[in-house]
Amino acid sequence: MDHVKAGIVVFPGSNCDHDVYNVFKNTLKADTKFLWHKDTSIGDRNIIILPGGFSYGDYLRCGAIAKFSPLMNEVIKFAGNGGVVIGICNGFQVLCETGLLPGALLRNVNLKFVCKTVTLKVENNKSIFTGEYGIKEEIRIPIAHGEGNYFCDENTLTDLISNNQIIFTYINNPNGSIANIAGIQNVKRNVLGLMPHPERASEELLGNTDGYRFFKSVTESLL
Amino acid sequence: MYTSKINIKIRDTILDPQGKAVEHSLKSLGFNSVVDTRIGKYIELKIDARSEEDAKKITEETCRKLLANPVMEDYEYSVSKDGEDK
Repeated sequence: MDHVKAGIVVFPGSNCDHDVYNVFKNTLKADTKFLWHKDTSIGDRNIIILPGGFSYGDYLRCGAIAKFSPLMNEVIKFAGNGGVVIGICNGFQVLCETGLLPGALLRNVNLKFVCKTVTLKVENNKSIFTGEYGIKEEIRIPIAHGEGNYFCDENTLTDLISNNQIIFTYINNPNGSIANIAGIQNVKRNVLGLMPHPERASEELLGNTDGYRFFKSVTESLL
Repeated sequence: MYTSKINIKIRDTILDPQGKAVEHSLKSLGFNSVVDTRIGKYIELKIDARSEEDAKKITEETCRKLLANPVMEDYEYSVSKDGEDK
């Protein structure tokens, strides 16, 4: 995986950064670095991951403060130039807050923090993030969030559907998300956000490797 | 010095599950006349501005850029000069 130069963004309050680092560094054997939120450059990185956690303590709104960190300006520029950016859980919330992805993530309808493995359907396997999956394949990936209820207005939803931007949906909606959405990509198809945690399902040791193919897909797309 | 009092709440068209949960509790306490409950947040800013108009402009910008998310929230605010607030 010499062609992969992964940058894992660390905000104060990120707590899945080491999990993602482990997948890139030890499972994919990729060149992997942490990027501190105060950094002003992403250097030579060719894929950026915004990990899960509680950036800035989830103050104000999840992901709202993170969008103003110096590094995020660079991530926005990188994405604008076609760079691959993935937001997982809190990272998805940050991508919505920055406007790199449409919509917002609301409090779960049942008000509970849901932490369990759920079944997702791969709605689009033509994306750079899902090439290793079959179309409509059902995969098992853990979720752990209190604010994963994806919301957007009707026009945006129509666009998401007609542009094939919906990548993953829940089989049994755990949070009230509109159209059962678990993950979406942007129109340019280089930015993806998802609430589930594929990094927690990427090794035999963890009892589940369904998430490994997600990282394999996106890293092979960088070739 | 001016004080901005900002109220932010989830759009009326969006379900507010927290409000609903509180509403159920109010009903179980016997407040049957409560027909709707919505929970938002209140933010107060002290602004060193030249005029009330400037303070309003700054408040509007803070709401638009950070304090509220227009995808899901509505906001309203009042601005008053310190010492004149009743």
